[in-house]
Amino acid sequence: MVNKKKKSLNQRQKKYQKMAKKEEPKPAYLSNALRAFFFGGLVAIIGQIFTDFYRLTFDMDTQEAGNPAVATMIFLGAMLTGLGVFDKIARFAGAGVTVPVTGFANSVASAALEYKKEGFVFGVGSKMFTLAGSVITFGVVTAFIIGLIYAIFIF
Amino acid sequence: MDVDWQIYIFAFLVGGAFALVGQLFLDFSRLSPGHILSGLTVLGGILGGLGLYEKLIDFAGAGATMPISSFGNALVQGAISEAERSGIIGVLTGMFELTSTGITSAIIFAFMVAVFFNPRG
Repeated sequence: MVNKKKKSLNQRQKKYQKMAKKEEPKPAYLSNALRAFFFGGLVAIIGQIFTDFYRLTFDMDTQEAGNPAVATMIFLGAMLTGLGVFDKIARFAGAGVTVPVTGFANSVASAALEYKKEGFVFGVGSKMFTLAGSVITFGVVTAFIIGLIYAIFIF
Repeated sequence: MDVDWQIYIFAFLVGGAFALVGQLFLDFSRLSPGHILSGLTVLGGILGGLGLYEKLIDFAGAGATMPISSFGNALVQGAISEAERSGIIGVLTGMFELTSTGITSAIIFAFMVAVFFNPRG
């Protein structure tokens, strides 16, 4: 279908298409990638600062200190979403802030905010996980399968 | 103060690498952010099942614990460690053992945001 259409174009149309394609703004793959890398690394460094802070302040080991650090990052992600700042950062940083747990927090908090108008029970309560639900579902399904493999074949 | 400064470098590199992978899939495939986050979670779970994700955490600290893939790993570690202790039923009882922090704080803070803020625009 598409090919047929292309064949039926005359010389002038072809020329125009060529010109239009040249002028089309190209998606900034490289700068998107660099910004995502930089901000993803930055979020990890902030997370590491919190991890070390909890580890040294409350005398935890690294594994334990990861939990309050994750909670802190989720708090920050949710608050920035509430203040309307997260979207602005995400427009610039792309996956740099949506791949870390801050993005998970953003997807939960933004859904909670968006559906607030439908009430606290049917809106906030039940639609909070509209976006983040699939992460939990597929994570649990994966962990269930792997857990079963371990329980049956390895232990 | 025993802060391992080197881990900050690896945290930056590994945390950046996860975000980079996500961004490349966003730009070069037609997958939605939801697909990519779910995919990374599954990837983290599989790496966790192979025992590789824990090594990555030892090596890169928050570079490995901050990306969403660590959520998949934590689910798997919870399920496996409880399965080792109490058999097959442990897969069910241990599933959320390690991830309860993340899920609970996401619910609580998102709820607070919905109480105190209104959507903009």
